[in-house]
Amino acid sequence: MSEELLKVSNISISFIQYGSGLKQNILDVISDLTLDISQGEIVAVLGSSGSGKSLLAHGILGILPSNANLSGTMHYRGEPLNQNLKEKLRGDEIALIPQSVKFLDPLMKISEQAIGDCTEEEKEEKKAIQREVFEKYGLSKEVDDMYPFQLSGGMARRVLVSTALLSNPKLVIADEPTPGLDERSIKETLNHLRQMANDNVGVLLITHDINAALEVADKIAIFYAGYVIEIANSSDFTGDGEKLIHPYTKALYHALPQNDFKLTEGHQPLHDELLKYCPYFERCEHPTDICHETIPKLIDIGDKKIRCNRANEFKTGEF
Amino acid sequence: MILKGENISFKYPSSDNYLIKDLNISLKSSEIKGLVGDSGSGKSTLCKILAGFKKSEGEVIIDGVKKTKKNIFNPVQLIFQHPELTMNPKWKMKDVLKESWDVDHDLIKEFGIQESWLNRWPNELSGGELQRFAVLRALSPKTKFLICDEITTMLDAVTQVQIWELVTKIAKERNIGLLVVSHDKDLVKRICDDVIYLEEINNN
Amino acid sequence: MNLRTKTLLIISLTALILIAIVINSFFIEASSLTTNFPMRNMPPSFEHIFGTDWMGRDMFTRTLKGLGLSIQVGAFASIVSTIIAVILTFVSRLNKYLDSFVNWLIDLFASIPHLLVIILVSISLGGGLFGVIIAVGVSHWTSLTRVLRAEIKQINTFEYIALSKSFGKSNLWITGKHFLPLVLTQIILGTILIFPHAIMHEASVTFLGFGLSPHEPAIGIILSESMKYLATGAWWLAFFPGLSLLLIILIFDLIGDNLRKLLDPTKAHE
Repeated sequence: MSEELLKVSNISISFIQYGSGLKQNILDVISDLTLDISQGEIVAVLGSSGSGKSLLAHGILGILPSNANLSGTMHYRGEPLNQNLKEKLRGDEIALIPQSVKFLDPLMKISEQAIGDCTEEEKEEKKAIQREVFEKYGLSKEVDDMYPFQLSGGMARRVLVSTALLSNPKLVIADEPTPGLDERSIKETLNHLRQMANDNVGVLLITHDINAALEVADKIAIFYAGYVIEIANSSDFTGDGEKLIHPYTKALYHALPQNDFKLTEGHQPLHDELLKYCPYFERCEHPTDICHETIPKLIDIGDKKIRCNRANEFKTGEF
Repeated sequence: MILKGENISFKYPSSDNYLIKDLNISLKSSEIKGLVGDSGSGKSTLCKILAGFKKSEGEVIIDGVKKTKKNIFNPVQLIFQHPELTMNPKWKMKDVLKESWDVDHDLIKEFGIQESWLNRWPNELSGGELQRFAVLRALSPKTKFLICDEITTMLDAVTQVQIWELVTKIAKERNIGLLVVSHDKDLVKRICDDVIYLEEINNN
Repeated sequence: MNLRTKTLLIISLTALILIAIVINSFFIEASSLTTNFPMRNMPPSFEHIFGTDWMGRDMFTRTLKGLGLSIQVGAFASIVSTIIAVILTFVSRLNKYLDSFVNWLIDLFASIPHLLVIILVSISLGGGLFGVIIAVGVSHWTSLTRVLRAEIKQINTFEYIALSKSFGKSNLWITGKHFLPLVLTQIILGTILIFPHAIMHEASVTFLGFGLSPHEPAIGIILSESMKYLATGAWWLAFFPGLSLLLIILIFDLIGDNLRKLLDPTKAHE
């Protein structure tokens, strides 16, 4: 039985931003997010770019900007994840694979950055580990002395992945690892993640690429207007999408070019357009009265989670 | 009308190797052609060359004419992958559209753009919404050829369908030649009449 | 109240103080500055809070009027500097050679000590208000030009500039509609931050005798004349005017800093 590593409960992240003039607006970016990740499990959070899902990563690592507000609870291996614990765990048991080399210091050599801050005595040992891990990812000795701008796209990916693994983390957060990559590199990166999971590391994959998520994740949390509206198993994305419950998830599945390339009208509400009722209401084909009154809660249906007022009807097959 | 790239070659000044060498490509009006290639293989550079954003060896010929005069609307328009980078952050969205052409209200609605968005700044909207503006902006009546460089790669699957439905519909209505550049082979198969692979036409 | 409101308040208050001083200086009639020899060289008292000078004139009134004049000189000189900076930046965008020329010009002027340039220009223009304003203006455009030139070069790499050209817009249109809104903040900030320098330099140059004349009593004159009487122990003749000058300069710095806080996009949302 694999251990539950991360338990995120009802997390909401909002920002205070200045609108025009002197008014300050509160922007709800993530609302009522609940998910958990166990050892050896890859959980993907799927949402469009700019939808704020990266903030979940920042929230877990404790690096949210000062004008952000986080509510709800997070637990790591049973312990409440407060700022202190976050600072202790990050870079150690919880590691981040950032989006691109832009997140590296352009003026520092790769090896130095990877090893990071340590004492002189520790340095030798850490350098040996770094060399070993880098070697495993096909990065030769020359890479150690390179600067970030000298890395080619594929090399850069591997540097970011291997650096994250230096500390032997238990939980790895991969923040949008696939944009700008060719098919081969995408497959390679996803393989790395799969290997980590096989080594019992828990992986949180944040991405907008549904194909990448389907290829490598065990569970997929679908993000819509800041809410997680369904957490499905990636194996549910087959056939005609019968096993998918939420209309948006179904819409996503059918919209894929390899499926039906089906058109669904409407747009996601903007961050400051959020309403006190179901965010999918305007586009839903099967709305009821309750849907316009309250925001549905995320409930369990079998081994899945779903946020829809009609979820129970699915059980009985009425949907 | 035909858009032709003849013997296009390009290399960065600092490099010895040619990124693109002796490449020939042509696009007819009302044709929807797909271009598939790996990132870093030069497809974005080729797009920029065809749209006049980058200089290269060889010729870009539009309807038999080699050089475009300055200060006129370029009949070859390019839509980029990241719309946020293509709009002046100090401009309101309605000005972003106006810079290109006077879009009539019905078309704005058809693109799923809400009235209230016209008065917003680019940083208030997300990728999907911005890309709608970027595509609409590029579809001026003066546009004869549209090059779409991975325009829906960063978007979710639902928005992707919406945008391609609109682009292909208008391209067919107005007889605009479309070059769809993408790494997604399934997408290209769906919307294009014809597909070319960059590695096959590039002689580097 | 949030940070933005606070910052705006600070800026408004300080700006008001400055404007008040300037307006007030117009209303100070000659009568309040009449000489009153029996009262000469009196230390600060309730009647004359800054004391009186060697001609019996009230130092407080003199200082206020002097400050008003100094601020005006500073304002005009700043504007002259900014105009030169904007024109040179514009010129440098025209072609590569002009760009190198402007660069060379910047390096040239930046390497000559300001005071030297000011004195030279002031003398050649015959001193006085006009001479000082031009002189100070002509020596302070270098840093702003550097900043603007760098900003322009960066903006030029953005896709929307190239797109604008593809829509058929002329260079002039692009400069006005794209570049200008983006660098406007820098220009305003730059102007405000030149003020303190301008005022200080005016004071120094006048103090040295190359600037304004005693008929136009800005702080520089007041200070230079008071030097003659310091030895007699009349400390207030230099102390108060000097302190006021310092305070004015600090106020300008405060405005500049707060304005930067408001307009800096990275800190804009605290």
